Amino acid sequence: MMSRSVTRKLLGSIRGVSTSARLNCPGAPASAPAAQRGRELIKSRELEKDELRPLYMDFQATTPMDPRVLDAMLPYQVNYYGNPHSRTHAYGWESETAMEKARKQVADLIGADPREIVFTSGATESNNMSIKGVARFYKARKKHVITTQTEHKCVLDSCRVLESEGFDVTYMPVKSNGLIDLQQLVETIRPDTSLVSVMTVNNEIGVKQPIKEIGTICRSKNVFFHTDAAQAVGKIPINVSELKVDLMSISGHKIYGPKGVGALFVRRRPRVRIEPLQSGGGQERGLRSGTVPTPLAVGLGAACELAQQEMEYDHARVSMLATRLVQKIMTEIPDVVMNGDPDQRYPGCINLSFAYVEGESLLMALKDVALSSGSACTSASLEPSYVLRAIGTDEDLAHSSIRFGIGRFTTEEEVDYTAEKCIQQVRRLREMSPLWEMVQEGIDLKSIKWTQH
Amino acid sequence: MAASSRAQVLSLYRSLLKESRAFPSYNYRTYALRRVRDAFRENRSVKDPQALELLLNKARDSLAIIQRQVSVGRMYETQRTVVEPEPK
Repeated sequence: MMSRSVTRKLLGSIRGVSTSARLNCPGAPASAPAAQRGRELIKSRELEKDELRPLYMDFQATTPMDPRVLDAMLPYQVNYYGNPHSRTHAYGWESETAMEKARKQVADLIGADPREIVFTSGATESNNMSIKGVARFYKARKKHVITTQTEHKCVLDSCRVLESEGFDVTYMPVKSNGLIDLQQLVETIRPDTSLVSVMTVNNEIGVKQPIKEIGTICRSKNVFFHTDAAQAVGKIPINVSELKVDLMSISGHKIYGPKGVGALFVRRRPRVRIEPLQSGGGQERGLRSGTVPTPLAVGLGAACELAQQEMEYDHARVSMLATRLVQKIMTEIPDVVMNGDPDQRYPGCINLSFAYVEGESLLMALKDVALSSGSACTSASLEPSYVLRAIGTDEDLAHSSIRFGIGRFTTEEEVDYTAEKCIQQVRRLREMSPLWEMVQEGIDLKSIKWTQH
Repeated sequence: MAASSRAQVLSLYRSLLKESRAFPSYNYRTYALRRVRDAFRENRSVKDPQALELLLNKARDSLAIIQRQVSVGRMYETQRTVVEPEPK
């Protein structure tokens, strides 16, 4: 039984129906010919002028820039435009000062030395640099690389490239809660292993890997340890010396900074050698040639400094909102599963699987909220996410998973709205679902023999 | 001395809230209002004049930042979000 406002909102998402027509006749979508509607559906996917913007609940995909970060960047976009590597004039000097200040800000956040930070174009480049760079540098004697099955696509793809170059790569499986088995890691490390790469916080299910323990294992076995900390930096306290990490990737646009910049932490004591990916004038200690984009670096630095100051406040708030969202949803509707370990996680990334509901249809029904099912890099394909498959979720639950991202700017109203909409739509979709009917009658779906036609 | 600095603090607090309300973006506006309130509440019992001066300077810088960012936001305004109440 749908209320008028819900109907209007649902029909409002069908393009090709004008605003006034929408308001006057909320029950007449069939008046516009289906073909025309279809064409217009495909044509423009941008919001109309008077249409309300959806709520942003996809903080793992990217984050809005904090106004303080933009404020720090603007002078370097407008007036202080010098190349930081120009040594002969004031434009270069002021740009270089800003870049070094940003470097210090990034280093302070992770407990590193500024000389250990290399600015890159993002976490993808940092991941590529560390994995390919370390493996290739030590390839004379070490040919084995270890990573996990739940890593980000760029890590998995870099490893695939290494495989084609003749390296041995082990993709370690994860337990059903998303964490890796430390004993299995110890057994997988060989004398010719050069690198272990495990991400700190997973971008799809939010689980926090036991980085400290992995670091200790790797140190004891003399293996380099790389972690993709794009989702973790600035959100949980990180100290590279405590965690015994040798390489760490940082992404700007995940911590309320600008897009197009990131950093790579490369340990100097004990020294980690990398074969550089990008050749050129020898900037960034020869590890990453190319002009450092001063405004972006300044933005990254400002974002890191802010993150350090606001970490406690943000963490408390995000945890509160996350508990609120999950409680609301789970108490109202049955058969909802949270993917990933309930304790070892970052609270701002919630991945819920709604049984008997198709994920894509739920996403389309929740048109007023910007959500995603799985990561942005796999959302184009219709296949369920490989991360969910790696943690062993059933095929049907993997298809019906939605990822809610909560961040610094999320409000209680947004969370309440999202929860209510979600509950409404799941109920509606379940009403329509024959599987749900069968379950209500008490039939066990796993016992059914679906016939082949 | 205590009275004038208390008045100073209050006037700064009011200016910050007034400027924050002007943010066109729902998320920035709610964040600024919330953060300003919580920051002032948190530092309510600071007595040391040096620490106080530091915090007040930070507040004045934040005020300037908010004013600039409100102007930038106004230059590139966009539609309201779904949870915003309709303007009267």
